[in-house]
Amino acid sequence: MNKWENNRAWLLTIPVLIIVAFSAIIPLMTVVNYSVQDIFGPGQRIFVGTEMFRSVLHDYRLRDALWRQFLFSGLVLLIEMPLGVLIALAMPKKGWSVSLALVVLALPLLIPWNTIGTIWMIFTRPDIGLFGATINNVLGIPFDHTASPIDAWITLMLMEVWHWTPLVALLAYAGLRAIPDVYYQAAKIDGASPWATFRYIQLPKMRGVLTIALLLRFMDSFLIYAEPFVLTGGGPGNSTTFLSIYLVKLAVGQFDLGTAAAFSLIYFLIVEVLCFLFYQALQNVGKGANP
Amino acid sequence: MNMEWMAWTLPTAIFFIVIFLIVTAMTIWQTVSPSVGRRGFLPLTTTPGDRLFIGLICAAFIHIAWIGLTDLSLWIVFPLAVAWVIVVMIWG
Repeated sequence: MNKWENNRAWLLTIPVLIIVAFSAIIPLMTVVNYSVQDIFGPGQRIFVGTEMFRSVLHDYRLRDALWRQFLFSGLVLLIEMPLGVLIALAMPKKGWSVSLALVVLALPLLIPWNTIGTIWMIFTRPDIGLFGATINNVLGIPFDHTASPIDAWITLMLMEVWHWTPLVALLAYAGLRAIPDVYYQAAKIDGASPWATFRYIQLPKMRGVLTIALLLRFMDSFLIYAEPFVLTGGGPGNSTTFLSIYLVKLAVGQFDLGTAAAFSLIYFLIVEVLCFLFYQALQNVGKGANP
Repeated sequence: MNMEWMAWTLPTAIFFIVIFLIVTAMTIWQTVSPSVGRRGFLPLTTTPGDRLFIGLICAAFIHIAWIGLTDLSLWIVFPLAVAWVIVVMIWG
């Protein structure tokens, strides 16, 4: 094998490198430059060293947003993963109902993200929304996601679960379909209970797809912006202000470019570490798929 | 070419030139003698490129922790971060 001949293939990656340079690397370098300066306008800037990082790291609103973000992602995983697996187990296994179930499940995934926010904003409005008005007027329980932080979180979680559980369910279903029938036949011969079949056959066989679902859901929920922005705008107060919403408030709302740049870099580093762990876990899943 | 929109400063320029030089050196090293993954004290198999990435990310977090937890100069922690990158590169 000739090493140099193989390396020539790298030239084919140049177009991608150029696109990535203009879409990611140069903007990122600009953000690094912004993060050490106080920017007043074009051409008016002063070097402030690590001041921006210092103010961001001592900003309790940022730390609150970070914990809120982890809480949100944690709750999302705790609800969506078991629910998705349950739905996948309950789905039909053959016949026309399979296609119907798949299409119905996939519907929420096809709706644009800010439309989902709008749908739920109207759906849960206490005066005219079907859900909100029913809870308030028929059941008599006061529910208003624009006034109560708890209600805002409940609405957000409902929206998130409605939107993304189908993804987990579809992945889990694909994993279940891939299990050969002989495993079930063997379980039947041994007289295994449904729980034992699930615990020792289905769950281990779904490990790969569930890892992918877990990591995808974690990353997506960690970077969430459009839905909570449309639904609550980060309120009431700051109770649903997640990292990305706070970042946009800083950069676009207050035009604090230096602070926002320093904040973006810290956010970027956190996401970068998570991506790295994501990648490592996926590599390991690929290796251990057929033990 | 007007680079004003990128808002360059001398420290960030030096930072990026050093990163660029390290990556270039690693590329040349990799081309001259291709590396194989191995297992060090990190709980995964890594190539020198992986170890550089892990080392640099750690160094960034070390600096951020220093800024967040102390009011001291960054020059105190900088040698420690560099030492950590070297440790990861050699034994990681």
